[in-house]
Amino acid sequence: MKNHRGTSWRRSVATTTLAGLVALGLAACGGSGSGGDDAATGGTGSGGVEGVDDGSTLTLWTRAPLEKQAKLLVDAYNESHENQVELTIVPNDDYVAKVGAAAGSGGLPDLFAADIVYVPNWVEQGLFQDVTDRIDQLDFADEINQGHLEAGTYEDAEYVLPFVLDVSVLFYNKELYEQAGLDPEAPPTSLEEFAEQAKAVDALGGGVDGTFFGGNCGGCLVFTWFPSVWAADEDVLSADGTESLLASETAQEVYAVYKDLVDSDAVGAGTRDETGATWVAPFQEGKVGVMPYPATLLSTADQTVDVGVAPIPGPGGGGSTFVGGDGIGISKDSDKADQAWSFLSWMLSEEAQVEVLAKNGDVVSRADLVDNEYSSADPRVVTINEVASTGRTPVARNFQQAFNAPNSPWLTLVRNAVFGDASSIEPDNEEITAVLSQ
Amino acid sequence: MSVQSASSTPPSPAPHGAAARGPAASDDRPPRTARAVGADRRRRRPGRSQAARGWAYAAPTAAFVLVLFVLPVLLVGQMSASDWPLLAGNRGVNFPDNFRDAVENRFFWDSVVFTVKYTVIATVLLIALGLGFALLVQESSRWKSFLRTSILVPSALGLASASLLFYALYSPQVGPISPLLERLGIVDEPISFLGSPDGALWSTVFLIVWRFAGFYMLLLMVGLQGIPHEVYEAARMDGASRWQTFGRVTLPLLRPSLALCTILCVTGSLLAFDQFYILTKGGPDNSTITVVQLIYNVAFQGQNDLGVAAALSIIVLAALVVINIAQVRGMRAPEEK
Repeated sequence: MKNHRGTSWRRSVATTTLAGLVALGLAACGGSGSGGDDAATGGTGSGGVEGVDDGSTLTLWTRAPLEKQAKLLVDAYNESHENQVELTIVPNDDYVAKVGAAAGSGGLPDLFAADIVYVPNWVEQGLFQDVTDRIDQLDFADEINQGHLEAGTYEDAEYVLPFVLDVSVLFYNKELYEQAGLDPEAPPTSLEEFAEQAKAVDALGGGVDGTFFGGNCGGCLVFTWFPSVWAADEDVLSADGTESLLASETAQEVYAVYKDLVDSDAVGAGTRDETGATWVAPFQEGKVGVMPYPATLLSTADQTVDVGVAPIPGPGGGGSTFVGGDGIGISKDSDKADQAWSFLSWMLSEEAQVEVLAKNGDVVSRADLVDNEYSSADPRVVTINEVASTGRTPVARNFQQAFNAPNSPWLTLVRNAVFGDASSIEPDNEEITAVLSQ
Repeated sequence: MSVQSASSTPPSPAPHGAAARGPAASDDRPPRTARAVGADRRRRRPGRSQAARGWAYAAPTAAFVLVLFVLPVLLVGQMSASDWPLLAGNRGVNFPDNFRDAVENRFFWDSVVFTVKYTVIATVLLIALGLGFALLVQESSRWKSFLRTSILVPSALGLASASLLFYALYSPQVGPISPLLERLGIVDEPISFLGSPDGALWSTVFLIVWRFAGFYMLLLMVGLQGIPHEVYEAARMDGASRWQTFGRVTLPLLRPSLALCTILCVTGSLLAFDQFYILTKGGPDNSTITVVQLIYNVAFQGQNDLGVAAALSIIVLAALVVINIAQVRGMRAPEEK
C-alpha cells in the first residue's frame, strides 16, 4: 500500500474538507455553551466543571475485557446522578467493526471507550469531540495519566480521558516458588533472573510450567514484552510512531531470553499456538510459575492462586509496564456533550477513582490518588500503582495493523525470533516500519 | 459474507423455481369445450394476462433478490471503486487503486492458494465420505436409523459452536485428545494440533468433515432413493457385479445429486471463514488465511479499509460466478450438452 502517491492530493483535500466539517459541527455544539470564542475547540460547555445532570439518558459502549470495571463505574454513577448511563458491552474482536459501522452511519453512542493503542487513529479520524477546555477546568488536570492523555491528543487538542487503566506486571505463583525452593518474597529483578526462576519452577514437573505467553497473539506480546525493552530505558517506537525500533540490541536480548525459555521447554504447552483467547488461563489454574500478566486480573487470579506481584524487568534489571486499558471520549455524534461530560468529570473525581476503582483493586487514573486507603492495605496494589506511574503507552496511528492484527508483521518478527532461528529480526522489523509509516 | 453452510448460499437459484410456476399456472384454465369462444379470444392474445400473472408470481422473489442481493452487490461495487476507510466513510472515487492494492496485498496470493487447496481437500473428502455413508446407510438395515442419526447429529450444531468445541478439544491445555493418545501409547509427546501449518489445516478439515459429512450423506441419500428399483433389478438380471452396478447404474443416475453436492461444497469451502477465524485466526505464521478471512482482516483488523476489502469481495464474487458456471456446464448430463 505504498502507492497512494497519485491520490494523495485528493486525500489531503478530503481530509481538509472533513476537518472543516468537523470544526463546523463542533462550533454548532459549542453554541449552546459559553459562546463563540472557544467554540472551535469544543468550548467548556454549560454546566461548568461538573457538566449537566438533568436526567438525560446517555449511551456508553465498551469492550468485553473491561466489563467488570465499566459496570462498577456505570452503576455507581447511575446511583448518584439524575442522568442514567446505558452500558453496552461488545466482544473484543467485534469492537472495531461495530464502532466503524456506527461511525460511518452517524450512529455512535454518546460516550465510547477505545483500546488506548487505537485511540490515536480514532482521534485523527474525528470520532471524538474536543474536550481540551473542559479538561483544563479540572483542578487536577495535571494529575491525569499522561500516557492516555497523550494518546488522545491530536494537533494540540485533547479528545480522550483514561477510562480504565490496565497495566502489565509480573505475576508469580508463591506456592510453586516455595515448592521449587525459591524465596516467595524475592521476585525476579532482571529478565535473566526471570528466566532462571521460570526454569526452576518448570523443573517441578507434574503439569507445571515455568512461564507462558500468547505466542500467536500480537496484542498479548506487545503488552507483556514491550515493558522489558522500556525497563532498559530504550524505546520501541520513534516519537512520531512511524518507525519501529524493535531490532535494537535490547529488544534482541529480550527475544533471546524468551527463545532460550522456549528451547529449554520451560514454557507451557500451547504457548506457540495461543491466539489470545486463553492466554491468562494457565496461570489461574496454578500451572505456571511466573509470567507478565494484566494487573486488572489480580482479584480474579487471587481466588485460585497465591499471587505475588513485581514490575516487569528488562535485560540487566530495571522495571516498567505497558499502561494499556481504554480511553474514553464524547463521540462526534453525541448531541448531549454537556451531559456526557458530567459522567467523564465524575469518573475522574476522587469519589469514583478511590471509592469505585481503588476499592476493587484497580489502578487509579490520577497520580495524586495513588496512595489511598485501599491501596495501602495491599502492598501488591501499591506496587502496581507505582509501576503504572512510570510505565509507557506507545502512540502510533497504524498500531493495530502493525501489532495487534492476527497477521501483523510484529507477530511474524516474534515468531521468527523466538520459535524460529532468529535470523530475520532486521528485515522483519523493517516490515513493521513499512506498515507504521503508511 | 457467506460461510460454509448450505443455508447461506446466494439466493439466486430461487427465482427459477418461482418463475417456473408461471406456465404451470395455466393448468387451471377452464376446459376448452365449456367455453370455446372465451378460450379462443384469450388464445388470440395469449401473452398479456399470462405474462402479467407470471410476473406477479415472480415479483415477491424478485423483490427480495433485488433488495437483499442486487442492491448490496451494487453498494459493494461502489465501495470497491471508492476510497472508503472504515472510520471515515466514503471519500470519493479511487478506481482502480483499490483493485491494485487488493492484488498487491502481501497475503493475496497465499490466501488464494490456501483457499483452493482447502477447497479441493474438503470437497474430495466430503463427497467421498458422504457417498460412502449414504451407501452404508442404504445397505445395512439393522443399524440404519442409529447410523443415520449419529452421522447426522453434528449437522445440528452451528459451525461456530462446533469450531469452539474443537478449539477446546485441540487445546494443549485443556484438550483431552492429546493426553488420551499419549496414554494409549500412540504418540510419545503432546501433539500440537494447531501449532504447525499442516496440523492446523488437517485439524480444521477434520472438524469440517465431522460437521458436514452427515449433511452431504443426507443429500446423496435422497438421490439414491430416487433411483428406480427396476434399474437395479435389470442390472442384477443381466448379471452385473456389485462394482459394475455402482459404476454403471448408481453413479450416472446420481449425477444431479452429486452435482448439487459439489457445487454446494466448492462454494462453501471457497467462502470458508468461521472455522479458521475461531480455530487459527489465520495462523500459525499466516499459513491458514482464507480469502474471506483476508477480506475481514483488511476491513476490520488493522488496515480498516472497506474500499480494498470490497475490491477483494468483487474479485471473489467474479471468481465464484465463473467457477459455478463451469461446474454447472461440466455436470450437465451428456444428452443435455
